[in-house]
Amino acid sequence: MRTIGELAAFVTSKNAGPFLLTLDIVFPDAETYRRFTALRVLDRGAVAGLYGVPADDVLKIIEFDPAFAIKITLRRPWGSGAVGESDVYGAQQHVPLMELRVPWEEP
Amino acid sequence: MSPGRERMTILAPEGMLGYGIPVRSLAEGIKREPDAIAVDAGSTDPGPYYLGAGVPFTSRRAVKRDLAMILEAAHGLAIPVLIGSAGGGGGRPHLEWTLDVYHEILREHGYHFRTAVIGAEVDKAWLKRKIAQGLVVPLDLDRALTAQEVDRSARIVAQMGFEPFIRALELGAHVVIAGRAYDPAVIGALPMRAGFDAGLVIHMGKILECGGAAAYPRHGADSLLGVIERDGFTVEPPNPDKICSVASVAAHSLYEKADPYLLHLPGGAIDLRETRFEQVTERAVRVTGTRFIPAAAYTLKLEGVVRVGYRTLTIAGVRDPILIAQLDTYLENVRRRVAETYPDGYRLLFHVYGRDGVMGRLEPTKEIRAHELGLVIEVVADDPDTSAAVLALARSVALHATYPGRKAIAGNLALPFSPSDMKGGEVYEFNIHHLVTVEDPLELFPIEILDT
Repeated sequence: MRTIGELAAFVTSKNAGPFLLTLDIVFPDAETYRRFTALRVLDRGAVAGLYGVPADDVLKIIEFDPAFAIKITLRRPWGSGAVGESDVYGAQQHVPLMELRVPWEEP
Repeated sequence: MSPGRERMTILAPEGMLGYGIPVRSLAEGIKREPDAIAVDAGSTDPGPYYLGAGVPFTSRRAVKRDLAMILEAAHGLAIPVLIGSAGGGGGRPHLEWTLDVYHEILREHGYHFRTAVIGAEVDKAWLKRKIAQGLVVPLDLDRALTAQEVDRSARIVAQMGFEPFIRALELGAHVVIAGRAYDPAVIGALPMRAGFDAGLVIHMGKILECGGAAAYPRHGADSLLGVIERDGFTVEPPNPDKICSVASVAAHSLYEKADPYLLHLPGGAIDLRETRFEQVTERAVRVTGTRFIPAAAYTLKLEGVVRVGYRTLTIAGVRDPILIAQLDTYLENVRRRVAETYPDGYRLLFHVYGRDGVMGRLEPTKEIRAHELGLVIEVVADDPDTSAAVLALARSVALHATYPGRKAIAGNLALPFSPSDMKGGEVYEFNIHHLVTVEDPLELFPIEILDT
């Protein structure tokens, strides 16, 4: 088992406009990217479980081959900067995804 | 600019006006004899306050420095300068603020430029007519826009597309200072006007609008050059210590976007499904294959904010394990005690750093693992006096309230600052994030020509 953070070059979160949060996983090379995507561990239910949100709030999970990347877009639980909100830029919401453990056999 | 040109070079000196252009990067960029210098100056990222209050999120000193560097370079090369989303929010006061800095630079250096100023604030009566005509739809939200919501908004702007910039260039402007704009429009206006492929122009604009962010190593503000040709474009950092790689450029296509394959803009979208990224030198990447898909209707993105009150806050630390073990009960007790004096008319919030201060309700770790906690106590009320009064009471109650097993009877909080209570000023929230269909891409954006 390995965490996504151990496998990826980057795991980040950021606003995509004031009402969406987008998470990017960028792998260091094509092989790691292909092995990871072949595991099929990230679906809407799994991501919703990581963040404790309804699966309907996980809007998109997209594999982006040119960057060896996976992009996940969530509805923000509240708009950026709304009263009670905690991360205006959405820049520190990546950790549950980064710490997700996936089956990974060392070659 | 001559029609039929085979290539055109745009220099994006930085991703945000006022973040600090590296001197060497600008100098190297200028050696490549760009056809225009274009920079984005705004974003919704810093939150709703700046649009609402009509103030920038960058410092005046930093913006003046960067803008003076850009104008000096443009003056030397006799090339146009395009600035979008001036002053951050891109509303009228943001535009005025930028023009004040601009005129000061012109006076100090003796420059004269034919200048176009493009407004982007939305008239409320105009918008209410569009709502009545059914021409406004929500974006990333599930609530329709109402006339009442428009009326209670503090400020509304629309993101202009390429057309107002192109019109300003047609009017002979050498410097274009525009309100809220679709970021790539500043980068792409000149090549779009020259007839380069729209999909490529927009994609190049998407990459250059963040300046050097698409180059590695990715730190600090920096510049990026884009060279567009008829069948592709090349991006390269002028900073000799950085490179563009296929990975850095492709990864940037993800940045702040919901979907990397389909990017919407006023009047259409670009489709990246057939896009190819190719390393052409050690430091440059060529991009081909991006296609423009025109939309059936021309839509503009609206951004609006509403004032929801005034904030006062205090910052405190908690170290006592007996208190940390019963934190929720203690905080509820503070809330109840405050409500005995001030029953309503405010919101009292506790941000608990060391537990869920960063992620709030998205935080999966429910138990406290820290030996000390940071506590931000926040009050938002309809007027500043109520906000300050409720916060002062909440702070004193939190400091002195007792709890079961208490040993530290002199006080519950470590307050790092005196004065402890800080005024956070007006509080705004985004209430409009919608699309409006227009007949004419120019209709919302008045262009004023100044011969300075």
